[in-house]
Parts: sequence; C-alpha cells; structure tokens
Amino acid sequence: MKYSYFPGCSLKGLGRAYEESLLPVMKHLGVELQELEDWNCCGATAYMAVDEAKACVLAARNLALAEKSGNQQLLAPCAACYLVLNKTKHYFEDYPAMKATADRALNAIGLRYSGNTPVRHPLDVLLNDVGLEAIKQKVAQPLQGLKVAPYYGCQLVRPYSTFDDQYNPTTMDRLLETLGATVVRYPLKTKCCGGSLTGTVPEAGIRLVYILLHEAKKRGADCLATVCPLCQFNLDAYHSQVTAQYGPVLLPTVYFTQLLGLAFGLPDKELGLNRAAIPFKWRPAAAAAPRPAAAVA
Amino acid sequence: MMEIQRTIKYDADRVKGFGREVMSVPGCEQLESCIQCGTCSGVCPLSIYMDYTPRQVMALTRGDFKNEVLKSHTIWLCASCYACSVECPREIRITDIMYELKQRAIRAGLYPKRFPIPVLAREFSEMVKKHGRITEMLLVMKLFLKTNPLAAMGNWRMGIDLMKTGRLSLATEKIKQHGDIARMLDATDAKKGA
Repeated sequence: MKYSYFPGCSLKGLGRAYEESLLPVMKHLGVELQELEDWNCCGATAYMAVDEAKACVLAARNLALAEKSGNQQLLAPCAACYLVLNKTKHYFEDYPAMKATADRALNAIGLRYSGNTPVRHPLDVLLNDVGLEAIKQKVAQPLQGLKVAPYYGCQLVRPYSTFDDQYNPTTMDRLLETLGATVVRYPLKTKCCGGSLTGTVPEAGIRLVYILLHEAKKRGADCLATVCPLCQFNLDAYHSQVTAQYGPVLLPTVYFTQLLGLAFGLPDKELGLNRAAIPFKWRPAAAAAPRPAAAVA
Repeated sequence: MMEIQRTIKYDADRVKGFGREVMSVPGCEQLESCIQCGTCSGVCPLSIYMDYTPRQVMALTRGDFKNEVLKSHTIWLCASCYACSVECPREIRITDIMYELKQRAIRAGLYPKRFPIPVLAREFSEMVKKHGRITEMLLVMKLFLKTNPLAAMGNWRMGIDLMKTGRLSLATEKIKQHGDIARMLDATDAKKGA
C-alpha cells in the first residue's frame, strides 16, 4: 500500500504532533507514505470566502501533483484539507466551467489534472485498506480501561459522507474499540469546534470549545480523540481562556493516531505526546487495577 | 443615546435582481426552493450570536435585500461546519451561499471594519499567494496586529504553552516553485475577465 501524503500547513505547524504520530503508526502497519513533492496550501475555509474559483485552483495543483507523482491516492489527514480537496473534485464533476478554469490555470504552470485523484483520510485507509483485523494483530498494549470520547468534528463527514455516516460516524469508534479502549457515548461527535472563531470572535468560539470539553467530561471520558489539527488546537490550546470564563475543564485532547501508537507500544516520544498544553499520560499498568477517580483529571 | 430603527424592510430597500444573481451561481441554485422551515437556524451552533439567523439570511437574499445580508455579521460568523447544508430538507447548500455572500461583501467592501474574520481571510489569501503555504503563527500575529493588538496580550498564556510544547515556529513555510501560485491565480483572473 502506497499513498501520496498531503500534510497541509497545520501538520507542519501547530498540528505537528498529528504528523509525528501518523508517520510511525502507518509505517508500523506497512503503509508507505510519500510526501507530495512541493505541495501547496489547500486554501482551507479562508480562501473559499475570498474567491471560490481560486480556492479550487489551489486545490487542483495538489491533485495534479499527486497524479503526476504516480501514487494516485492522496492521503489528507487534516479535515479541512480533506474537505477542500474533495469539494474541488465535486465542483469539477458538477461544473465543467470550473474545471476548464482550473485547467487553464494549471496549464500556466505546466501541469494537468485528469480528475482521477482519490482523496483519502487516514481513518478511511485504516478501516478499509488496512482493516481492523490487521490492526488488532499489532496491538501490543491494549488501551484497557481508557475511556475516550470520539470527536470527529465537522468537515470530515460534512457535507460529503465519503466513507462514514454524516449524522453518526462510527469509524473512529470501531478503531478505538479495536485498540481495547472504551468508547463513551458522545452525541456531540460532529458538533463544530468553532474553527478560527476561537481567535477571531472568542466570546462565541470559546463557548463552543467549552461545551465539547464539558460534555465529554460529564460522560466520564479520560480524553477526547480527534482527527483534525484545528479541533485539537482549539480543544487544547485555549484551556486558559475556557478556564477563565467557565472554570477548569482540563480534559486532554489527543489525535487518534497517538492512541494507535500507544496501543502498538511505540514510545511516547515518537508520538508527539509532549506537544499538548493539557498533557495526556497513559499508564497501561494502572489499567489492570480499578481506575482511581482522581486519575481522570 | 438610544438608536431607534425601524425593524421591518420596505420594498424600497431591495436591490432588485440580487437574489436572482446569487441563485445563478454554481452551488446556490437551490435557494429558490427554501421553505423557511428554520432547520438551518436550529442546527447552527453560532446562530445565537448572529444579527440575522441563517433562515433570515436565506429569505433576505432571495428577496433582494443585498445591503442587509452583505453588511450582516452572520455571514462572517458562519464557521463552515456544514450542519445546515446536511440537514436542509430542500438540499440548499447554505454554507456555500454564505461563502458566496462573503465573497460579494469583500468585493463590495461592505464588511465591518476591523472585524477580524474578513481580515483573516484577506491575510490568509495574501500569504498563500506569496508563499504557497501558511505559517500559522505568522498569520495569527498579523491578524492580531491588524485588528486588536491588545487582545494578543491577553493570550500570553497560550504563547507560553506553545513555546513550551515546541509549536511556536515563525520560520516562513514556502513552496519551491514559488512563482507557481501567483501565475495560477493570475491565470484564473484573466479567464474571468476581472
């Protein structure tokens, strides 16, 4: 299994722990990732607000580069990149004029895109290409006793439900159970984290973050598992603002890839676990005994 | 002083043809069949902060109230979570209509001044055009400097957290073929005849 890997800006910046955990986990499973040569910003939500055609053109360069690389499938771990790349593909299929615009723009830099690059998320690849059975065989330290709130956020399953249900996604739930973790019922699993509003309109954004953390805590979760760098950043880095407004809700938010790495027995240091403001510590030894309530906080 | 404003819209406030124009944009066609059920406002996580709810924005757009929607805070508070688009019984792509309205507000210069969200969109697009990639911390710093330098001070705690966890990098990320992005974007403009 070989894929073109599209990190996006976040996985090289604030979300670098996602990349740090994704790469060793995929390698451990025998999945080969080759970083897309000279990839550019996907455009994210910000560019769509400025110019839709240009946003599609930006995404198209990456799709074209993936095609050129020969590894047709493009792996996009960031939910925003994943959405924008998929959205662009949909636009090209639905609106030939948009595709023609992008073709002209790509032509100006000597690239072409035939329209055939599948865009995949690591969750999709793990469940459908690698398979839960193969993953189970690699579990060296089951996450027994760890209660996880599975948080998918918005853009992974909306508006396109490419590989999971858009109202009640379950792929991460099943993956976490395979690792031995206990998945808590978390009805807010696809509720918005606020996106960039945490920084631009904190009175609105911080409240959304608080609701997500509070609900997960109320349901007994030891941590939230996320699939998106912006969700992770919002839920982790704004804890002092949340505390100032609503009181402390110090719940760690980890990437699902970090939990995979822990279950595979990979060392903490290789999984970017030192990157979080609210640290997550998992001690498998303590799991054998009944968990003391204090360990949750 | 209390500011008294009438709360209903008159026919004279309409910019006739605006609704049609929006509904002719790819992705916005379905607005025509809005039944004003309010599902979008109900599922929107930000509607409680909006000056007009998403349902109202749909009605105002279709009804040609151009100035009201383009000046509204609503379009900028939309975080693009697509909950409304997925739940809409008439399959209206509400999020995409919000994007269309944001683009029109920027082009018409009608967004609230120093309001951070459109400033973020502009700074973001300029950084992409110049470097091909986003350096997140630089973007955040530019945003605060251009909108509310004092608020940046309030986030000192986060800065320390980010530094301690090795996430505060300010080295500019860029692509190797650095002329590519500008050439592509210019070619897009040329095609549109803008």
